[in-house]
Amino acid sequence: MCGIAGILPYKGFGESENPIFLLHTMAEAIKHRGPDAEGFYHDQHIGFAHRRLSIIDLAGGAQPMQTPDGDLCVTFNGEIFNFIELRAQLIAKGYEFVSQSDTEVILHLYREYGLGFPSHLNGQFAIGLWDKREKTLMLVRDRVGICPLYYFSNSEKFVFASEIKALVPVLPEKLEIDPQSLDAIFTGWTCVAPATIFKNIFQVNPGTLLIIKDHGITEKTYWNLEFPTQQDQYDLRSESVLVEELRERLLAATKLRLRSDVPVGAYLSGGLDSSVLVALMHTQTDARLRTFSLGFVDSALDETSFQNQVVNFLGTDHSRTEVSYAQLAQNLVNTVWHTESPILRTAPVPMGMLSNLAHQQGYRVVLTGEGADEVLGGYDIFKEAKVRQFWAKNPDSKWRALLLSRLYPYMDLPKGDAAVYLKRFFGVGLDNPGLLWHSHLPRWQTTNKAKMFFSENLNEQLRSRANYEAQITSVFPEQANDWHSFHKAQYLEIKTLMSGYLLSSQGDRMLAKNSVEGRFPFLDHTLIEFANRLPPKIKMKAMQEKNILRKMAQRYLPPEISQRHKQPYRSPNVSASQGSLFGSGLAEYLSEEQLNHAGLFDSKKVSLLIKKARGDKPLNTAESQALTGILTTQILHQQFC
Amino acid sequence: MNLDEVRQKLRHFILENYLFTDDQAALNDDDSFLEGGVLDSMGILELIDYLDEGFGIKVEGDELVPDNLDSINSLIKFISSKSPA
Repeated sequence: MCGIAGILPYKGFGESENPIFLLHTMAEAIKHRGPDAEGFYHDQHIGFAHRRLSIIDLAGGAQPMQTPDGDLCVTFNGEIFNFIELRAQLIAKGYEFVSQSDTEVILHLYREYGLGFPSHLNGQFAIGLWDKREKTLMLVRDRVGICPLYYFSNSEKFVFASEIKALVPVLPEKLEIDPQSLDAIFTGWTCVAPATIFKNIFQVNPGTLLIIKDHGITEKTYWNLEFPTQQDQYDLRSESVLVEELRERLLAATKLRLRSDVPVGAYLSGGLDSSVLVALMHTQTDARLRTFSLGFVDSALDETSFQNQVVNFLGTDHSRTEVSYAQLAQNLVNTVWHTESPILRTAPVPMGMLSNLAHQQGYRVVLTGEGADEVLGGYDIFKEAKVRQFWAKNPDSKWRALLLSRLYPYMDLPKGDAAVYLKRFFGVGLDNPGLLWHSHLPRWQTTNKAKMFFSENLNEQLRSRANYEAQITSVFPEQANDWHSFHKAQYLEIKTLMSGYLLSSQGDRMLAKNSVEGRFPFLDHTLIEFANRLPPKIKMKAMQEKNILRKMAQRYLPPEISQRHKQPYRSPNVSASQGSLFGSGLAEYLSEEQLNHAGLFDSKKVSLLIKKARGDKPLNTAESQALTGILTTQILHQQFC
Repeated sequence: MNLDEVRQKLRHFILENYLFTDDQAALNDDDSFLEGGVLDSMGILELIDYLDEGFGIKVEGDELVPDNLDSINSLIKFISSKSPA
């Protein structure tokens, strides 16, 4: 990871402005993303900043980088994994290179293909590119949103940066929480791109190119998820052929992501996805691999025994860090500073501790299994959606409803008439199974409960804004109505939770805070395109999630791992750590004075929630999410507003 | 404990623990807990514990039906039926 920033003053920099000072201030705010070097470029019309984390072409590759004629300039965060192939293609076309870096490829690729250049990139990237002759700024973000890219514009200027905190020094006014985005987070865990939690601050949509020219901003989508709309668009080859093709594609994606001039390690959760990746990495090297994992004091969340099985089987050099409740509380404020978003669970905190472990051990690049559940259909929400679709065909059927209790054997259901309760929790939307977001209604219903703590003032502001479902509708393309329900669920999960939360609050931000870069082979776009053409029953066979990956994994892993049931990554909720929480100064953020100052939550209701949290019984899921969401919103408000 | 006291005690518990308010208007005695989203599965189990701790009422498996537990009035009726005459 690196950090980028830039300023485009529409009338050019004024005589009283000091571009280098402004750029330096912006870059300093994201120094953690790139501690190795800083670089600046400016002329009368544009200013670029870059903080570098050196991974490829350690000696060359300094940024911002210009073409020799000075017509093009780029500041770039991320990796172009296929830069070697692109470089060779461009050299064959007559382009001359002065460095070995992937950055230089971007400059020549733009010259060759113009605005179509992002389609040639395989990687994770946020790019700022200035065409001096055309006086045009272009911003490009990778296909699924691995690298962050934010911007602000008004009548005077356009500014962009890898993190919102780098925009703050050049904003005309203080940041304000956007009610609609807060409402979205308190429904689906993340705001709906291009919105952010702050008013007037936007993010570049994944898979999108922004063109800023003559005071106007044009958006061009260069890639989006596509799923079959008719039967003949499915990949209907035999399962064994598809398993082999998945293996080849995942291996190729992994090999591409091992391209680095510094050593590459891996996160190992003990689950199927990361274990498969480590096994594939193992086939590519004779050296012992370096792996890192989290452990929890709470045995219900801890996966250490599975991690040890893989470590022993593959013979990796392994480090583990154990997370205590006290550490969750101690690290929460700093975590929110980096997520730049309210969070409903504490899960990002341990991920920050894990990247710290890799950093302490001298690693700045790790591969992780992120994306496998979304791309290959691993989450319980997909199973749940499948059962609910089945149930919707006969809504009065009790035994169809009872399939859900088998899906969640750990769910504590009243035993008298379980079907009635199941209908209440999962029956939402049974009368309209064709809804684009049908799969996610039960999850939203649980999270929604946190909204009972919104202040009257906030509710008043929300009355005039589009509701969450209207926002979500805008995320789907028109043809989505013709997709299989399984694919609608996958699309929604990838476009919202994965991009906006897992790759951001739990991903990039927790890696970048400790100057570590994550790489995600399951999110290789060619692999996603292959997976999207697979029939749903190949991904989920009966109730077996990630069926095709499990079959592939049998070749590399012991059955205890390859056939292991999905255990979602979870960290202790706030109520479990309440002793530490209220003993570590965090309660101050929830004082009546602070709550009233921010004006977002009803202080009286919050005080009753705190009273309940201090009691001897654990908060339920919805209450715990509410408390974490309120607390982290208050922290964010104090830090940024 | 007379019925009014039972009612007040139940209302206080539901309002404070699930609706996080002391506003009496937030809940009518006939409001369905399930339809209103007042209780989820964990909340029902919590309510069962409360019936035991607050009223000495043990809820049997076959009594865990909405008819007994889904509103203040249904709870009062259920508690009355379980209490010695």
